[in-house]
Amino acid sequence: MSIDIKMAWRNIWRNPRRTILTISAIVFASVLLVFMLSFQFGSYSAMINSSVKIHAGHLQVQAEGYQDKKSIRLVVSNPLAVGSVLDRIAGVTAYTYRANAFSLVSSKERTYGGIVIGIDPAREAGVSTIKKLIRKGSYLSEGDTDKALVGELLAKNLQVGLGDELTVMGQGRDGSIAATVVKVKGIYSSGMDEFDRSSIYMPLETFQDVYAMHGAVNEVVVIGTSLGIVSRIKKAVQKGIKKIDQKHPLVVLDWKEIMPGLLQAIEMDLISGIIFWFILIVVVAFSILNTFLMAIFERTREFGVLMAIGTAPRRLTKLLLIESTAMTAIGIVTGIIIGSLVTWYFQVYGIDFSGSSDLLSQYGISGRIYPQLSLLTAFGGPGAVLLITTLTALYPGLKVRHLRPVEAMNAI
Amino acid sequence: MYFQLGWRNIWRNPRRTTVILLAIIIGVWSMIFLGALMRGMIEDMVENGISTMTGEIQVHHKGYRDDPVIENSMPDPKVVETTLNNILPTGSLWTARVRVNAIASNARHSMAVTLVGIDPVREAKVSFIGEAVNKGRFLKSDDKFGIIVGKALLEKFETKLGHKIILMSQDTNQEIASRSFRIIGVFRTEMESTEKQFAFVTIPAAQQMLKLKDAISEVSIILPEHKDVNKVTVSLREALPPAYEVQTWRELLPILNAYLEIFNGFSFLWYVVVFVAMGFGIVNTTLMAVFERIREFGLFKALGMKPWWIIKEVLTESFFLLVIGMAIGNILGFLSVFALSENGIDLSSLAAGAEFAGISRVIYPAILSRDVVLANLVVFVLGLLVSIYPAVKAAKFTPVEALAHT
Repeated sequence: MSIDIKMAWRNIWRNPRRTILTISAIVFASVLLVFMLSFQFGSYSAMINSSVKIHAGHLQVQAEGYQDKKSIRLVVSNPLAVGSVLDRIAGVTAYTYRANAFSLVSSKERTYGGIVIGIDPAREAGVSTIKKLIRKGSYLSEGDTDKALVGELLAKNLQVGLGDELTVMGQGRDGSIAATVVKVKGIYSSGMDEFDRSSIYMPLETFQDVYAMHGAVNEVVVIGTSLGIVSRIKKAVQKGIKKIDQKHPLVVLDWKEIMPGLLQAIEMDLISGIIFWFILIVVVAFSILNTFLMAIFERTREFGVLMAIGTAPRRLTKLLLIESTAMTAIGIVTGIIIGSLVTWYFQVYGIDFSGSSDLLSQYGISGRIYPQLSLLTAFGGPGAVLLITTLTALYPGLKVRHLRPVEAMNAI
Repeated sequence: MYFQLGWRNIWRNPRRTTVILLAIIIGVWSMIFLGALMRGMIEDMVENGISTMTGEIQVHHKGYRDDPVIENSMPDPKVVETTLNNILPTGSLWTARVRVNAIASNARHSMAVTLVGIDPVREAKVSFIGEAVNKGRFLKSDDKFGIIVGKALLEKFETKLGHKIILMSQDTNQEIASRSFRIIGVFRTEMESTEKQFAFVTIPAAQQMLKLKDAISEVSIILPEHKDVNKVTVSLREALPPAYEVQTWRELLPILNAYLEIFNGFSFLWYVVVFVAMGFGIVNTTLMAVFERIREFGLFKALGMKPWWIIKEVLTESFFLLVIGMAIGNILGFLSVFALSENGIDLSSLAAGAEFAGISRVIYPAILSRDVVLANLVVFVLGLLVSIYPAVKAAKFTPVEALAHT
C-alpha cells in the first residue's frame, strides 16, 4: 500500500463519528436509489407485460392503416401465409389471428355498442391471458359456434348472465349487415374498466361467417420469448411478409406502436423520477461537502508542515481526493449491497399495494408490485452519487493548492 | 441572550454555515418547487375531471350510477329544481342533462358514444364544452337537429361540419330510437378520449328522440369558490326524497380521488426523504461546531451554566440555520413557481403519454398552503429533533475534561 493511501485511510478515521455520518448519508442515498429505480422498472415491466398479455401482444401484423382507422375492411387476407412465416422465425412463442368489428350488442332489455373480437380459442390461449381472466362460466373451446365471452362490466350493463342470448349487429367486411345471436359462455374481468366495458369475444370462424370476412383477419398477434427480442423478431417478420401478396400492404407493429400512450407514460414517469433523484443527490452532496471542507480547515497547520517539508501541492490534492473517494466508495458499496438485499427481498415477496388496487388495475398491475433488480438499477443511482460527490470533493481538493506553508503553519 | 449567542456562533465559520445553508436551501426549494409542480399536475387532473361532464356534485335518480340507463332517469325535474334553488349557496351554478349511451354512425363508421342533452346556456357555465367549440358554433336552445361532436370523432368518421350523423339508443319503450343530426359544431379538448366520447345535442332534442317527456338523467352542480362540497351534499341528501342520490366528485371519480390520496402520501414521503438527505449534513455540521468548542462549553459549565442552557444554546444555532435556509428556500421556490406560472412546462413531446396518464399537455405549478406548511414543518421539526443529538453531546462535557482538552 502506498504511503498516500495509508495516510488517507488513517485521516478518514481520525474522526470516526463524522466519517460514519458522512458515509451514512451516501449509504442512505444509494439504498434509496437502488430500491426506487428497481421499483420503477419493476412496475413498468408489470404494466407492459400485463398490457401485452391482456390483449395487445408483442407484435401485430396488420394491413397498413388499420391501427389508426380500425376499419374492418383493412384486412390480412391470407393469415395462414403470415402464420407460416412466423413458424419459421426463432423466438416466436405463439401467435394468433383476430378480427374486430364495432357492433351493437343487445340483450333482451339493453343495447350497447362494443368491439366484437373473433378469436381462435386454442391459439388465443397461448398469446393472451383471456383464458385465465374468465371469472364465470368457461372459456371458448375448439368447435364452439355461436358462443361468446363478455366483459364483466358489459355483462352487468346488458344485464346478462351465463347462457343468456345476445344479439350482435354490425357491418360486414363487404358493407352488408352482419347479425347473429350468440350465447354467453363465459364472463371475464381484466381489471381494466375500459376493456371490460366494451369488448366481447366470439370464435373466429363464427365471426368470419357473420362479418363476411372470407377467411381474412384484421390482426395477427405475436408473442415472443421476451420483451428484449421483440425488435429482432420484428425485423425478421418484416422481411418474411414482403413476399406475401395482397391488396393492402402489410405492416408489422410492435407493442410501442400499438400502445404509444403506455410507452410515453413510462418515459414521463422515468424523466420525472430522474429529476427527483438528481435533486436528492445534490442535497446529499451539499450535505456532506462540509465534511470534506472541514478536513482541510481543521488541518491547515498540518498541510503547512507537509508543504514545508517538501510535499508538492498536487500530492495534497491527491491525498484529499483519495480520502473523499474512499468515503464515497465505502458508502456506495455498502449502499449497493444493502439496497440490493432489500430490493431482492421485495423482488421475491412483492410489495402489497392492495389498498390502491382499483387504481393500479387500470394500468394492468395487480395488487402486488415486484421491484426488478438489474445491473442498471443496482449501479446507475449509486454511480450518479459517486460522480456528483467526487465533483463536490474537487472544490476542497483544489482549494488546498492555494495554501502557503508559512501562513498555513500559523493558522490555528 | 440565546439568540445573540446563537447568531454570533453560526457566523464564526461563515463558510461552513454557507455550505450547510446551501444544502437546506436546495432541499427546501425542491420540496416547494417540485411539490408545486406535482400539485399543479394533480389539480389540473381534478379540474379536468370535474369539468369533463362531472361537476362537483351530481344528483341522479337512485340506481343511475350503477346502471346508467333511461329507466333510471328523473321523471320530474321540478322537485330537484326547487330543492336546489332553496339549498344551494348563491353563486352556485347547476345544469340538467339527459345522458345516455348511444351509438353514433354514418355511412362508413359507427362507434359507441355518450349522448348528452344539454341546456346550452347553463351548461356553458358548468362544464368544459362552453369554451371548447372551436369550429362551427355552439348549440342554441332551439336547435332541434344540431349536434356538437369532438374533433377526434369527426376525423375517425371521415366527415365534416354540416354533414349528418345518426345516433341510436334505447328509448323508454325499450325500442331502438334513432335520429339524424347535423354537425353544427366541433369541440377540442386536451384528451382525445373525451373528443371521442361525447356528442352534445339540446335537451328537448334528446328528450324527443328517447321519448323521455320532461325527464332528465342528471344534474351537475358547481359551487362558488369550490367550497363546502361535503356540507352542501349532506344538506341536499337530507332535502331530496329518497328516490334521488347525491354524490360528490370524489365518489363520482374514485380513481381520481385515489390518485389524489396517493399523491398526498407521496409528497409527504418526498419531504421526509429530502430531509433525511440534509439531516445528515445538519447533524454533522452541528457536531463539528460543537466539538470545536469543547473548551468553551467546559468554561460555560465551570461558570455555572446548566446543561439545559447549553442544549438550548446549541438548538438555537440549529434554529437559525433552519430558519434562514427555509426562508431562502421558500423564496426561491416561490420565485421558480412564479417564473413558470406564465408558460408552464410543456409536455407536448410526450402528449400520448400525458393523455394515457390523464394529465394535460402543459403543467402549471400550483402552490397550496397545505403543501408549503407541511414541507416547512417537516424540515423544522425534524431539523430540531436531529440537532438534539449534538446539543446533548455538548451538554455532557464535564468542565474539567473539557478545559483540559486542546
